[in-house]
Amino acid sequence: MRFRIIVLAKQVPDTRNVGKDAMKADGTVNRAALPAIFNPEDLHALEQALSIKDKNPEAEVILLTMGPARAAEIIREALYRGADRGYLISDRKFAGSDTLATSYALSLAVKKLAPYHLVISGRQAIDGDTAQVGPQTAEKLGIPQITYCEEIISVDAKKIIVKRRLERGVEVVNSTLPAAITVHSSAPVCRQRIAKLLMKYKHARTVTELQNETKDYTELYNNRPYLLIDEWTAADLDAQDGMLGLSGSPTKVKKIENVVFQHKNSKMIGNTDKEIEGLMKELMNSHIIG
Amino acid sequence: MNNIFVYCEVTEERSIADVSLELLSKGKKLADDLKVRLEAVVVGHKVIDLEKLLYPYGVDVIHYADDERLFPYTTLPHTSVVLDVFEREKPEIALFGATSIGRDIAPRVASALRCGLTADCTSLEIGDHFENKTQTEYKNLLYQIRPAFGGNIIATIINPETRPQMATVREGVMKKELYSQKYKGKLKKLDAKKILKDDDFAVTIIERHMEKSRIDIKNSQVIISGGYGVGSKENFNLLFELADILGAQVGASRAAVDAGFVEHERQIGQTGVTVRPKLYIACGISGAVQHRAGMDQSAQIISINTDVSAPINQIADYTIIGNVADVLPKMIKFYKKNSK
Repeated sequence: MRFRIIVLAKQVPDTRNVGKDAMKADGTVNRAALPAIFNPEDLHALEQALSIKDKNPEAEVILLTMGPARAAEIIREALYRGADRGYLISDRKFAGSDTLATSYALSLAVKKLAPYHLVISGRQAIDGDTAQVGPQTAEKLGIPQITYCEEIISVDAKKIIVKRRLERGVEVVNSTLPAAITVHSSAPVCRQRIAKLLMKYKHARTVTELQNETKDYTELYNNRPYLLIDEWTAADLDAQDGMLGLSGSPTKVKKIENVVFQHKNSKMIGNTDKEIEGLMKELMNSHIIG
Repeated sequence: MNNIFVYCEVTEERSIADVSLELLSKGKKLADDLKVRLEAVVVGHKVIDLEKLLYPYGVDVIHYADDERLFPYTTLPHTSVVLDVFEREKPEIALFGATSIGRDIAPRVASALRCGLTADCTSLEIGDHFENKTQTEYKNLLYQIRPAFGGNIIATIINPETRPQMATVREGVMKKELYSQKYKGKLKKLDAKKILKDDDFAVTIIERHMEKSRIDIKNSQVIISGGYGVGSKENFNLLFELADILGAQVGASRAAVDAGFVEHERQIGQTGVTVRPKLYIACGISGAVQHRAGMDQSAQIISINTDVSAPINQIADYTIIGNVADVLPKMIKFYKKNSK
């Protein structure tokens, strides 16, 4: 049996470099103004999977993502870097999912891909920073979890040894397989796209994407079936409606507010000896320092 | 209404982590608001002075699982113990530290109980909710308030239907406050041998290297904090020099930590520590929302920045427009001169 690694990844709005136009006047987020990217720590996760495959070419790396049609972009990104195939799970019924509903849907897709050995994801996604989907998916699959992985030290068909990065140190743990691993940003960054794979997969599409394209590629996809990215709906996963999307999400957003800081009338201090000495004296006289 | 539970983390020294004591302090206030009791769950081995330490925070019941296999922390055994307690006691609210441990166990527990969990809350309040769609009124819900979308918005999350209402909170966000030195609760010992199954030990620890936290930024009255604008690891020495003579601690923004100028433990802001010192000197920090959220409660803020329009200046009491490498030596010089 091939060693099967399933990488869970998410396409996220790039919240790290939020410009002025990213917030609408009413204080809500203008998602359209933010570029959609491969969640950074999920790329670290992909690298861990690909490096297992480097050492064991028989291993198979499958990228699994949940999201709208355009999330197929990150599947292509993974194919360009060495993943074997990808699955997009996409359905209107998934809209509004919190981490519990998301992990439910992901766990059904992972089960459909059984038998698998490893489920690897980033520790957290930058749009929510919750770090919950990895452990929750592991729980739903009934497999152990190893969070904050910095390095996979060794792996064979039965067990894995992982170095974990914790707040105040490191820990090396051994786990039986299958297991779920979440990867920390201190793990190696992902390799770049490989030119040969970019050429091979640049026309890889989901059926939904093909329907929106004007040119007819039927022949191309008949000859090269690997270019067709599989797409699963809620029905394909035999998901229960009550467990999906808003209705399957116990957390509800009651209110969203813009971040408001109390502005102060900042006193400007010149960068001169006299003014800085004056400031230091003032701080000392008021016993803030000294 | 059922009670409020706090999962108390056991430290390397076999005491209870600060973050858990902070949560007990907050939990007691919520418990008083709701007129319910505060209960602690402690999972470990040979925890020192457990009762003496926890009761003064107003803890009514300590659920304690003591077994050598429960220390140090591993996910599955701790999850089994917490689930055993929660399934019996059905907490109204359950709080966890947003630490390496809390962020590992809380989602696993929430998934098993199919209840809602909100990560990294910066505020917890009790309030009501009216659901228009179903015309249902919910009384006394936990408002779980947290930054979202990279810190650009603040969201109030509620769990109307599921229990417990679960949340994680970072260290330093809540204040550690004793309730009463004389407060007495009771200890309920859990039978770990009965709760734990062989499957819980699928993951074993081979090696651990833990460092004692040397850096205590949270409790420092003066913080000299540096951002990407400090420019280099070498320039950070100026911050250490000033901190040294002022008896201060050195903090940093995420950008400075990511650039490798200083250790991660010094990071202040939403994904680091929250601080409220008497004086905060922000050196070369532009002041992303995420950073400001972790220090805007400082009593006095001085910003040193080459950029007049840096957002941090808007919340600073004093702004010095200039290069950190140029300004800090002057501050050091004039402090020394005038402190004699």
